[in-house]
Amino acid sequence: MDLNFWVIQTFNGVSYGALLFLLASGLSLIFGVMRIVNLAHGSFFLLGGYVALTVIWTTGSWLLALPAAALVIAVVGMLMERVFLRPLGFDPLRQVLLTVGFAYLFQQAALDIWGGDNLDIVPPAVLKESAVIGGFYFPIYRVFMIGMALVVGLILWLAMEKTRVGAMVRATVDDSEMARGVGIDTSRVSMLIFALGAFLAGLGGVVGGAFLGVYPGLDFAILPIAFAVVIIGGMGSLTGAAVGSLLVGLADNFGKALFPEISYFTLYAPMVLILALKPTGLFGRE
Amino acid sequence: MWMSVKRVFSWGVLVTGLALGLSLGGESEAAQELRIGFLAPTTGIFAQIGKDMTNGFQLYLDEVGGDFAGAKVKFIVEDEEGKPPVAVRKAEKLIRQDKVHMFIGGLLASTGYALAPVSTRLKTVYIASIPAADDLTQRDSAKYPYLVRTGWTSSQPNHAFGEWACQQGYKRIAAIAADYAFGHEVVGGFQKTFEDCGGRIIQKIWPPLGTIDFGPYLPTLKKDADAIFTLMVGPMSLQFPKQLASAGIRKPVLGGGTSYDEFVLPSMGDEVIGHISALQYSAALDTPRNAAFVKKYRAKYGKVPSYYSESNYSTAQMVHEVMKKTKGKWPGAEQFVKMLSAVKLETARGPVRIDEMKNPVHNIYIRMVRRKKEHGYDKDELWNTVIKTYPNVGQFWKYKKEEFLKQPVYSRDYPPCKYCE
Amino acid sequence: MESRRNLLIVAAALLAVLLLTPHSGSYIIVLVTHALIFAILAMSLDILLGFTGLPSLGQAAYLGVGAYLTAILATRFQFGLDWTFWPVVVMGMAIGAATAALFGLFSVHAGGVYFLMITLALGMCVWGLAYRWNSLTGGDNGIVLPPRPAFGIELADDVTFFYLVFGFFVASLALLYRLVKSPFGRSLVGIRENELRMRILGYNTWLHKYIAFIIAGGFGGLAGVLWAHAHGLVSPEDVVLATSVDALLMVVLGGAGTLVGGAIGAGIVVFLREYLSTLVPWWQYVLGGVYVLTILFLPGGLMSIPERIRNRRARSAGTGETRAPQSASS
Repeated sequence: MDLNFWVIQTFNGVSYGALLFLLASGLSLIFGVMRIVNLAHGSFFLLGGYVALTVIWTTGSWLLALPAAALVIAVVGMLMERVFLRPLGFDPLRQVLLTVGFAYLFQQAALDIWGGDNLDIVPPAVLKESAVIGGFYFPIYRVFMIGMALVVGLILWLAMEKTRVGAMVRATVDDSEMARGVGIDTSRVSMLIFALGAFLAGLGGVVGGAFLGVYPGLDFAILPIAFAVVIIGGMGSLTGAAVGSLLVGLADNFGKALFPEISYFTLYAPMVLILALKPTGLFGRE
Repeated sequence: MWMSVKRVFSWGVLVTGLALGLSLGGESEAAQELRIGFLAPTTGIFAQIGKDMTNGFQLYLDEVGGDFAGAKVKFIVEDEEGKPPVAVRKAEKLIRQDKVHMFIGGLLASTGYALAPVSTRLKTVYIASIPAADDLTQRDSAKYPYLVRTGWTSSQPNHAFGEWACQQGYKRIAAIAADYAFGHEVVGGFQKTFEDCGGRIIQKIWPPLGTIDFGPYLPTLKKDADAIFTLMVGPMSLQFPKQLASAGIRKPVLGGGTSYDEFVLPSMGDEVIGHISALQYSAALDTPRNAAFVKKYRAKYGKVPSYYSESNYSTAQMVHEVMKKTKGKWPGAEQFVKMLSAVKLETARGPVRIDEMKNPVHNIYIRMVRRKKEHGYDKDELWNTVIKTYPNVGQFWKYKKEEFLKQPVYSRDYPPCKYCE
Repeated sequence: MESRRNLLIVAAALLAVLLLTPHSGSYIIVLVTHALIFAILAMSLDILLGFTGLPSLGQAAYLGVGAYLTAILATRFQFGLDWTFWPVVVMGMAIGAATAALFGLFSVHAGGVYFLMITLALGMCVWGLAYRWNSLTGGDNGIVLPPRPAFGIELADDVTFFYLVFGFFVASLALLYRLVKSPFGRSLVGIRENELRMRILGYNTWLHKYIAFIIAGGFGGLAGVLWAHAHGLVSPEDVVLATSVDALLMVVLGGAGTLVGGAIGAGIVVFLREYLSTLVPWWQYVLGGVYVLTILFLPGGLMSIPERIRNRRARSAGTGETRAPQSASS
């Protein structure tokens, strides 16, 4: 294993982790604030890719597709929360099953609208190149993924730490009853967070679409990995989502390269270990 | 009394008339229904391939008006989602519920291995038009008396390919292939002849079927290999060459046929130009029969046919041949298998006959991806241009059948990676 | 009285299934057999969910270990293909229980959502192993089983196999019914209702939950053994997340805490997945719709319908007089 191997694998792991951050941060927030296990999160990711494709086909602009698709998914998420999840109240089991039901509905709808083919999001040509630094090839698209995750992470962090809304969210995560007690409209916060989570997942779908493709089945394929990130990193914590995605990205890459036979095990075993030792995850709060 | 005689008489006339009418009508009613079940993925990551499979068969059906020498074909397509257990379930439904005379298709080699026992258990003909799992017509062939293969074995084209590669001067090749039966057997076939001729496989990497992020694997490719041999299927075929190019790896690339098959070629870019593969079909095959097939297929479905289309098209052709001999009557499962195994035809891929182990013998084409105009189309497009033809290649290549069957089936560990570093 | 009548209804339904199925189409026999096997899985989950209040998202794991054990024994060791089928059944239950014993150590102390997540994670571990441990599980290809066992009776015959599975189903139902009616079963319900109170009363609630978890795992393993022979093929697809989620739906759809509810739910879900999917391409709308509608409008599952009707009748009988036309309530 030469230097090239370690450098490139680390880079790949980090870039994959960046994509996972977009996907998992939303899931983590949703869980942290609302204690909902959103099994439709993978569907948000996939739909983001599909909607982006439609935007690209109609307007020809990939740049526009990024925010447009994410916003559409945010609206979908908001509707789902408002109309269907809210009336259930706090009931983890029924919420889970409801989100699964929607995942199936979304899957069928996507099949009807976009067909069963494997589709691909083609980014602008400049992103398809590779930067050569010191003899190492770094695909620019992966750099873009890392950049995207950093920007989004920064914005989220600033919003959480420095704004009033962020404070309300943090309060609700910490103790929703107390938050209500001091007058925070937790149901508004919940709706906002769910929409934000969907937004991030949809954005992830657009970004991931060039990397993973867009096809039926991707929603359920990506879901367990998102959960691995959230479980390891800690539910409800942005730092946790960041650290978790990094760890999972690296573990996945190195696991597949070094221990291919048990590569999925190298992913899920740390998850089980963490669950056994600290069920709330590395940075989770209880 | 007179009344009852009249009554008996009128009934007699009625009955006789009916009997005559029925027997006369009976002649024209010999038009039997031939129920054909078809298993293809219409959803999931292989949905595009499933469409090619179904379209190929359907095109032939449309050409003959759904009529096989007098038998009206009832074509029932079921979604197997690219998953062996689903295929088994759907096959059971087709056989038990729809009472099909035969079921055709399945996509993956693993699906073939799962469907074959079903054909034996439920005594129904299974035509493996795509699954290339070697042993179905080799070491396990006795287990599946109702199975006939009209597609190929995974190792069939790659035996020829390995020898060709060695003759081109390649000495050290790193292989990266999808980690399932098909991938193992493709690499195995290539490795056997390549190493028999003096070449060396110096590395074998196995990304799981369905891998889309090759990030973990590309940096481990040996730098000093002369060439890379890849076997990709479905979405892997599209992503791998892109990521290979992005990683700056510029070695010559040889591939299994599905890596560059026309189901994905139109979506690929310049990164695959010059890549070479081996298969029993190429849409660029310059014969009048194929040119007609390609033009008809493209006019109807808007894209160039892939081997998935061709294989099912010629399967339909072969079934029709058998029905012609039986004048449209279903001869029963055992007899049908016998007759199908005796078929000898000119098809879009060239001349095809079925060998004694119920696998096709056909031409193998070494193809290179080039951007050019083909078949009179006026646009420059990517085609698998044929650069060499090996005629009438069987599943055992130049080896004697008994010798070949003595060695174990190609797998992850066979042939062993003697020269792996 | 109430329960006597219920028992009679259940017995009648079972008798109907037993008598009608062998005369239905060959495909229906296969479907009913599959439904019965999943009914066993659903009932095992109901012990956890309906009676102990533990929602497990990983029940498919136990089906998986039972199925893979059966397949590996049958192909590698030619074991389990004659009267040795019966030891395999016992071994299947044992391995299901053992796996649950291991997994339970990680999960039982948690509750609510965390329990959901942990069982999900553990289920994924089993899937990951099945998928990548090629040398043992055949990976993606799965393992194709030889023809079904024969020990005086030929299980290869679909009707005979149906009778066998039916027998196992009735036995499981009976055993689990005894379990939930026993003091142990009642304490499980007590834990579901108010764990703190049970602990104060001196019950070792962790141990109770742990034992329930193991029992559920054992029956899951049984379902796995039967599934391997029913299907003739074991693959990682059998232990995918969707299977565990389906099991949950079966229980909730039928009615958690009723045991037979799980069986009814199993029948419906199997019918949707394996029959409706072949009739119409939009069957997933129906599946998703069933999920959503059940959750929103029928939280007690189908088994709660009779009671709801009774309540509604009781209510209107109580109020007696005509009601002014009003917009639909609830």
